[in-house]
Amino acid sequence: RSCILVSIGGKNIMLDCGMHMGYNDDRRFPDFSYITQNGRLTDFLDCVIISHFHLDHCGALPFMSEMVGYDGPIYMTHPTKAICPILLEDFRKITVDKKGETNFFTSQMIKDCMKKVVPLNLHQTVQVDDELEIKAYYAGHVLGAAMVHIKVGSESVVYTGDYNMTPDRHLGAAWIDKCRPDILISESTYATTIRDSKRCRERDFLKKVHESIERGGKVLIPVFALGRAQELCILLETFWERMNLKAPIYFSTGLTEKANHYYKLFITWTNQKIRKTFVQRNMFEFKHIKAFDRSYADNPGPMVVFATPGMLHAGQSLQIFKKWAGNEKNMVIMPGYCVQGTIGHKILNGQRKLEMEGRSTLDVKLQVEYMSFSAHADAKGIMQLIRMAEPRNMLLVHGEAVKMEFLKGKIEQEFSIDCYMPANGETVTVTTNPSVPVDISLNLLKREMALGGPLPDPKKPRTMHGTLIMKENSLKLVSSEQALKELGLNEHQLRFTCRVQLQDPHSDTDTLHRIYTHLKSVLKGYTIQHLPDGTVMVESIVIKVSSSTEDPNTKVLLLSWSYQDEDLGSFLSTLLKKGLPSGLC
Amino acid sequence: MAAHLKKRVYEEFSKVVQIPHEEAPAKKLRLSKPSKSAALHIDLCKATNSTDALQYLLHFARKPVETESVEGVVRILLEHYYKETDNSVRLKIASLLGLLSKTQGFSPDCIVDDAINTLGNEKSHQVLAQLMDTLLVIGTQLPESPAVRQRLIEVACKHLSDTYFGVRNKCLQLLGCLGMVDTPLTKDNEGLGISLGGVRDVQSIISDYFGDQDPRVRTAALKAMLQLHERGMKIHEIIYDQACRLLSDDYEQVRSAAVQMVWVLSHLYPESIVPIPSSNEEIRLVDDAFGKISHMVSDGSWMVRVQAAKTLGSMLQVSPQFLEQTLDKKLMSDLRRKRTAHERAKELFTSGEFSSGRKWADDAPKEKLDTNTVNLIASGACGAFVHGLEDEMFEVRIAAVEALCQLARSSASFAEKCLDFLVDMFNDEIEEVRLQSIHVLREISTHITLREDQLDTVLAVLEDSSRDIREALHELICYTNVSTKECVQLALLELLKNLNKYPTDRNSVWKCLKFMGSRHPTLVLPLVPELLSTHPYFDTPEPDMDDPAYIAVLVLVFNAAKSCPTMPALFSDHTFRHYSYLRDSLSHLVPPLRLPGNGLDLVDSRCGLGSVESAQLFLQQSLNRVSTIQNLEAPGAQDLLDFTIRDLRRLGELQTELAGAADFCATYLRCQLLLMKALQDKLWNMAVPLCLKQNVTATAAAQQILEETYKLEFLYSGLDSRQVATIHHVRLQAKALQLILTARTRQGLDSLISSCEKFLQDIESFQRLFLTELPHLQDSFVDKLLELMPRLSSCKPVELVKILQTTLRQSGLLQLRLPEQIHRATATIIEPTGESDNPLRFTTGLVVALDIDATLEHVQDPQNNVKVQVLYPDGQSHVIHPKPGDFRKPGPDRHRLITQVYLSHTAWTEPSQIEVRLLLAYSSSSTSLSSPSKLGWSDSIDSLPTPETAVEGTIPFSKPVKVYIMPKPARR
Repeated sequence: RSCILVSIGGKNIMLDCGMHMGYNDDRRFPDFSYITQNGRLTDFLDCVIISHFHLDHCGALPFMSEMVGYDGPIYMTHPTKAICPILLEDFRKITVDKKGETNFFTSQMIKDCMKKVVPLNLHQTVQVDDELEIKAYYAGHVLGAAMVHIKVGSESVVYTGDYNMTPDRHLGAAWIDKCRPDILISESTYATTIRDSKRCRERDFLKKVHESIERGGKVLIPVFALGRAQELCILLETFWERMNLKAPIYFSTGLTEKANHYYKLFITWTNQKIRKTFVQRNMFEFKHIKAFDRSYADNPGPMVVFATPGMLHAGQSLQIFKKWAGNEKNMVIMPGYCVQGTIGHKILNGQRKLEMEGRSTLDVKLQVEYMSFSAHADAKGIMQLIRMAEPRNMLLVHGEAVKMEFLKGKIEQEFSIDCYMPANGETVTVTTNPSVPVDISLNLLKREMALGGPLPDPKKPRTMHGTLIMKENSLKLVSSEQALKELGLNEHQLRFTCRVQLQDPHSDTDTLHRIYTHLKSVLKGYTIQHLPDGTVMVESIVIKVSSSTEDPNTKVLLLSWSYQDEDLGSFLSTLLKKGLPSGLC
Repeated sequence: MAAHLKKRVYEEFSKVVQIPHEEAPAKKLRLSKPSKSAALHIDLCKATNSTDALQYLLHFARKPVETESVEGVVRILLEHYYKETDNSVRLKIASLLGLLSKTQGFSPDCIVDDAINTLGNEKSHQVLAQLMDTLLVIGTQLPESPAVRQRLIEVACKHLSDTYFGVRNKCLQLLGCLGMVDTPLTKDNEGLGISLGGVRDVQSIISDYFGDQDPRVRTAALKAMLQLHERGMKIHEIIYDQACRLLSDDYEQVRSAAVQMVWVLSHLYPESIVPIPSSNEEIRLVDDAFGKISHMVSDGSWMVRVQAAKTLGSMLQVSPQFLEQTLDKKLMSDLRRKRTAHERAKELFTSGEFSSGRKWADDAPKEKLDTNTVNLIASGACGAFVHGLEDEMFEVRIAAVEALCQLARSSASFAEKCLDFLVDMFNDEIEEVRLQSIHVLREISTHITLREDQLDTVLAVLEDSSRDIREALHELICYTNVSTKECVQLALLELLKNLNKYPTDRNSVWKCLKFMGSRHPTLVLPLVPELLSTHPYFDTPEPDMDDPAYIAVLVLVFNAAKSCPTMPALFSDHTFRHYSYLRDSLSHLVPPLRLPGNGLDLVDSRCGLGSVESAQLFLQQSLNRVSTIQNLEAPGAQDLLDFTIRDLRRLGELQTELAGAADFCATYLRCQLLLMKALQDKLWNMAVPLCLKQNVTATAAAQQILEETYKLEFLYSGLDSRQVATIHHVRLQAKALQLILTARTRQGLDSLISSCEKFLQDIESFQRLFLTELPHLQDSFVDKLLELMPRLSSCKPVELVKILQTTLRQSGLLQLRLPEQIHRATATIIEPTGESDNPLRFTTGLVVALDIDATLEHVQDPQNNVKVQVLYPDGQSHVIHPKPGDFRKPGPDRHRLITQVYLSHTAWTEPSQIEVRLLLAYSSSSTSLSSPSKLGWSDSIDSLPTPETAVEGTIPFSKPVKVYIMPKPARR
């Protein structure tokens, strides 16, 4: 499950609010007391963002908003907002009505919760408050899945939710622009997998179904109601269309019909093909796929049935499976992963005799096929997304630690950026390098421009002199004179003086002259003056010579320069420390 | 300056007014036609504010300006430009200057100075940009003056440092378009101190702006560089690094242009060596570029992806190992190496066991991977096509498929490798992509032999409901090689299934099996007993001869038997009978076989190997024989022609290769025959009133000859100018005949004079058109006429007719030289078949769509020329112009028209038949202009408008098909 808290630029954001399907006790929901022991969540959270409608990303939402108490905005995309309550309601029915649990959220709570939702559009920048803004990107995976770019000032985070980098039959590929976030939070379900091309999988799937139908067999495809089911429906539907097949296809659950309705509505969220052809015909208005009725399972002749749930552990799919298992002409295709202990897992492992409740056994004669239709990005896809977004730091979530370790190594090696993989409940702190905007006075800029040089280039840093004034939460860069004026300070002159001892047998004046000629030969392009009062001026640097009191041969040079001429002054002092060349007259 | 200008303007102003002054009385002139520039000047002076001025200018821009007054107009505009304070007006003036300097016949070098001067005082950036654009136009109008160019380049360089991106853009564009192609030598001449002007190399100036802060300027710089390349300047190799850096730019248009730049450079310096950063290795530049562009196939913007995928296709010099990397995608699952489905299929195939695919762990990963060797981010070319083919946008997929095709055509091993991927594309969701990949596979199929599992996937598509896909696939099967007899059997089975499901595919399937058989005779041989269901002991029942499936099998077997002499021994008696039947009815599908005994040899003896040559010889001899016709008496000559025409027609039927030529000759001879008959002695010796009847027949003959000549000219392709001249000659004769006949019958002198003039024009145009051919036409009708030309043009019509009459009757037959390759345009309507007895019922006043499917052969430009004609029983006829998209091109010189025509009519009492046919439209002017003989007389064309008025018409060139329809009265 996903539930991530991000604190960025003083704002607290909750990314996804998922639940764990495996537990039936308190562990199923995130521990919101982690955020605040007492007091309402609303005071601590600025907003909640839900990436897509899967329960492991949004299942705890009514619990949090209604039972724990949160009144702030909840952001999700339009399709998610539409489909999410259907799933929540279904989930509630199963837990409350079937399992008889109490202390669970009610239908009304779901409705109330949905009232707090603010819908998002793709690529629409939404200002949550003055400083916090969020923007959604397309993520593939399921209808309405989004990645969000969260920005506060100059700091930003991208949260991917679940995403898919390879397009499929009804959804496009995830896409993000080069937003260079400070941190990219990515799922990593398939951190160590590189998948085969989807075409092979599709072809295999279609071929198997086709062959079975031609033999006169029945095909059972256990699916979960939303997501991959639509993908497979489209796949079969178009194939039936193309090949002019007549065998019926049934879809078993009522829940899907409702959701399918939304699939029809949210055409803009689907892939290119569906978007382009919906004018002629909406791909989700299936011609060949009809609603299933329990009695159809006994009809003679070939047919294809999609039935829920996907792991053959209960419900309609199991009933149909029991009916059809005895005939070797029939086939069951498992389109996804099966948890250990389910019948799906058993038959995939080649078990041919199943023990059913009531101590009866079931001979499995039908063919069992496995076909992976997962809509998560594989390792390559994750890398591709990183390349697209160019983040400065990387954070992996939603995956197994061992696998993430591998991917982490790869990311650090390829992109040379820091990669984190926090465990549940762990907090990662990433220091950012925020850029601070500073106002600059026009006069100073103009003066700088007048100094010449090429046109300002935003990619190259350039040094300039100025004074930074920090006053009342604003930063200003002005020339030093102006700063003095503004702050009402007097200007202080800063002069450096330095003594250099020289071994020189000549008289003071001669030494001075020698120094003059020496500097004249070394420093070309500088104004060097031999002043009558016994000093040499290089620009504004004054050099005086006096003999040491003990030894007349040791001359002491006095160098004095102002702070502005620091460079030249220190150069001169090192130069003179080396002594004068002997060849001078 | 302004005063000076004003003076010049007024000079111009008065000058323009004065031109008509000389021609017409002065008083009239002022009222009638004020010159353009004058009008503009007045308008602009009248304009009180800038909005008005802008309105005037906009209004002015809509009308063209005569060449003479352009300069004057420009002066006025410039004058106003200096006075104007409003930016938008100055902008409009600047753009007008550009437009005006494009005027044909106007040389803008006189306004260069002024245009450059305007730049100096301009403050508005937008106007500056527009002025640069104007200068660009001026510069392109003056390709011949290097001095002007040099100046413009200097100006451009000066303004490159402008702060507005538009100005920099235009400057770069100007540099790109006008920069000196020959490397500038000025570098040494003028010293390094001055950084402006053409001192530095144009390229280095442009490349400075690769790093500009504005993406639009970066794009413009790249484009300018590409422009330089297009103009033939050799781009320096140093640019390569800079271009590569731009590949990772933030903006898509920059990346897109950079891809192009890198591609150009990879073509210029394929063999130079570039170092790989972060290692000591070095690789060829083309390989490096290939890797970098491959990388762009997974770019974030689909425009760039399309660009990159397209570009990859043309990088043929890349080394094979890089090329093969593009198809490489290592799979892994939980850090263990996994074989791809392709590899598994291949392995299963080689191990002899066909895909079971029943077990879950079938694709379970095997070896443990070393984590260090897994390269997750595809560096370089790795997997570029794998990505491209799976892309979200079908544009990218199509581009990738095309690129695959191009690369595979040049490398057999790559073709072998990309096969699996192409076959996968047959399952794409978008039909265009599927179709394209089938076509591509066909194109590279010479390199490859399909494995059984691959063939299986390919054949699965045969059940597709789209006709285009199926036909493309049939085409593909025609060209593919398969490896085993099982494959042949599989293909046959699938094709028969297809035939069963879509009976309309009959012809296509048969054709497909024909090629299949002739390609794999040895593979078919062991299958023969099974295919023909013969049995060693028992006689099997004779299959139904009309069963398309049986015919399909026979086509396969017979074609295989052609190169496999042992096969006929396996045939049973009825097979031989069926052979002779099919050989006759479907001769294009069933080849001649050398069969033992049974007296079936006779078919073959005539069509031996040399048959084409002998037929050619026969054709030539027939023509030679005809040429002796002059010596014969009239009846003998006519008979000879008659026979020859008959012979040629038959020859055409027998020998399809020569059908075009034979038909052409026959038609030509028929024209001659008609002419000869029309010129029979009897008619001309009689007094006019006595021979009305003959007159009528002769007129009809003349008309017919004209029609035939149009057919000759436009229905046949492959004619050279000599034949066209001959045809025109006949046409001229026919026209002469018509003229004589009119002269004889009608008495009206006026009409006669005009037709005489027209005839003389015809002769002239003939002479002009076929100047080069005239030497070949000696002693012909025209030749004689041309000799008499001076006399003809001066004499009276009656006299002319007399001369014509004698020359016409004296002139002999013009020998027809046999053209090399002549094809007759033909069309066959496949659908509707015309066999249906069920009338198409529809309600009056509404329309019904009739599907038409026809094949066209040897038709040039069918999109414009082919029309569908529908003839209703009441004589109404509609001509329908099919959409260009309805024509497909399945092969060279072949087109396929699949379209719908809409029928409608008022109510009928009972069903009746309408006729549908295809027409070939022609127009003499267009064809004569585009014909290859144009070169010879092109110069004369420019000066004279073609007097020969364009003759337009249509030739029916398909057999009409009857369709039964029944418009019912609408029910109330």
